[in-house]
Amino acid sequence: MSDYQSYMKGSPFEVKVISARFSLPDSTSIDTFLAHEGYQALAKAFQMGPEAVINEMKNSQLRGRGGAGFNTGLKWSFVPKQTDKPKYVVCNADESEPATCKDRPLMEYDPHQLIEGIIIAGYAIGAHQGYIYIRGEYRYLMEVLDRAIAEAYARGYLGKDIQGSGFDFELCTHTGAGAYECGEETALLNSLEGLRGYPRVKPPFPAVVGVYGCPTIVNNVETLCNAPHIVLKGAEWFAGLGTPKNGGTRLFCLSGHINRPGVYELPMGFPLRKMIEEVGGGIPRGKKLKSVIPGGSSCPLLTADEIDVPMDFDSLAKIGSMLGSGGVVMIDEDTCMVKVAQRIMKFYAHESCGWCIPCREGTAWLKRLLDRLHGGAGVTGDPDTALDVSYNILGKTLCPLGDAAAMPTISIVKKFRSEFDEHVRLGGCPYERKSAAVQAAR
Amino acid sequence: MLSDTLISKFDDVIARYPLKRSAIVPLLLFAQDEIGHISDEAIEEIARRVEVLPIEVIEDIGYYSMLHRQPIGKFNLQVCTNVSCQLLGGEEILEHCSKRLGIGHKQTTADGLFSLEEVECLGACCGAPAMQVNYDFYENLTPERVDRLIEDLKARAEK
Repeated sequence: MSDYQSYMKGSPFEVKVISARFSLPDSTSIDTFLAHEGYQALAKAFQMGPEAVINEMKNSQLRGRGGAGFNTGLKWSFVPKQTDKPKYVVCNADESEPATCKDRPLMEYDPHQLIEGIIIAGYAIGAHQGYIYIRGEYRYLMEVLDRAIAEAYARGYLGKDIQGSGFDFELCTHTGAGAYECGEETALLNSLEGLRGYPRVKPPFPAVVGVYGCPTIVNNVETLCNAPHIVLKGAEWFAGLGTPKNGGTRLFCLSGHINRPGVYELPMGFPLRKMIEEVGGGIPRGKKLKSVIPGGSSCPLLTADEIDVPMDFDSLAKIGSMLGSGGVVMIDEDTCMVKVAQRIMKFYAHESCGWCIPCREGTAWLKRLLDRLHGGAGVTGDPDTALDVSYNILGKTLCPLGDAAAMPTISIVKKFRSEFDEHVRLGGCPYERKSAAVQAAR
Repeated sequence: MLSDTLISKFDDVIARYPLKRSAIVPLLLFAQDEIGHISDEAIEEIARRVEVLPIEVIEDIGYYSMLHRQPIGKFNLQVCTNVSCQLLGGEEILEHCSKRLGIGHKQTTADGLFSLEEVECLGACCGAPAMQVNYDFYENLTPERVDRLIEDLKARAEK
């Protein structure tokens, strides 16, 4: 349904691990998958045993691709070994972080890779049931996955006694119906239980008390897609693809003001400048870069002076931002940063589930303030008020949505303060005036 | 009346979970796909099948943005204006749709053919600006492409 060429333009800098099968003819079919190493990792995992699989995952330095960047093997190891309760694997396919569109091609072009990853996760933690929680808008992908799951059952890769291993595993898709908050793992679990997607208090963490009160691991699509490769080729190989403590590759989604927008699989730690200039082909119409959102709209923004940074979790943390979900947005010199802040806040105010007061009230307040400021009715204290309100959300909510609203706002106000002051001074947006003047001169 | 196909789908979906109420949101969406909106009858039927009170089903409807109680147009144009789309003209696409159809956010044309909605990120960022018509993605939009799309949809409705 999406145009392969328009998303996967390709680049000589790519290192294709999880996207390696995307371009094969009939890439979604189980026969194609089996002809290209498919389900071989599962067979190997059955020989290794659960403990060894978890260790391999830990040592691979694979970190959660949904945004939090927690060591995946470590997360799996938190699931209690001795328990009478059933355990669950939940794949988070609720991809909704603005600027992120990487799980889409993973499901669209190689659904069996994800299925194999989920079965391996289930085997490792001793779960016999998996759910793929997929956002409601991705209906066509649910259909792709449903077909692939049916194929896997028919060939004995799902169901009872998988390939004579004695291991049973059931898997099905579950559709959401529009709610960004459900991408947060505890809200997702409530949603999976048929409730509103409100977050839960942690601890207990889902690994101990997850869906139906049972031990559960929740992993992002891209995270799980990496598991078969780690099992098959080993932790050392995988860790070696990236930078220390940041194993593997990453699907980066380049969007916004960039000549070649698309999804590219690059090694962890790939330099941002090179990503923009050489992979993405630079900024259109010879414009200068003003700012970059490095990993989805929840991350603190970078200025054009901050792009000499390796794109891994630790390097971005070091400069006060985040690698997040891999959504990299380029913003050119003609863009009003107040308007960017305003649009980002409109999103969080809309998506705040309303459970925690600082987030519910704070995002609405910030939205009103930024609307007013951009609209020309701002007053001198507004930029400082924006910071004050943001700091009163930060760290004061159950789930990270509050932080996700505060962090980009703080970074934009601090790094582009003069634009805010200019709006107040002029009583309006200087960029809109400039473009109106250009129009009039024509 | 809910169709037999829908009822048998209900049974199939409910069987996937150890707790029946897990099926509420999928069932609501599947019912909406068939009926066009979520009717009182659908709420009653779903509540009965998953063994909850109708009010618990209604609570969910109020939370999830894709679920709606009122009929909407045959084609629901959902235009993304989030950051990646905004930078490349998503707001202009929304405005163009609005002028062209004579309706605003969450409104429906008098002939019941089109609804318009400004939506949050659809996950089509590398094909910005983008929209969804019902479940179908349309990407790299321009006002001209939108005009052609609307004509195509009208023609499809006449068939």
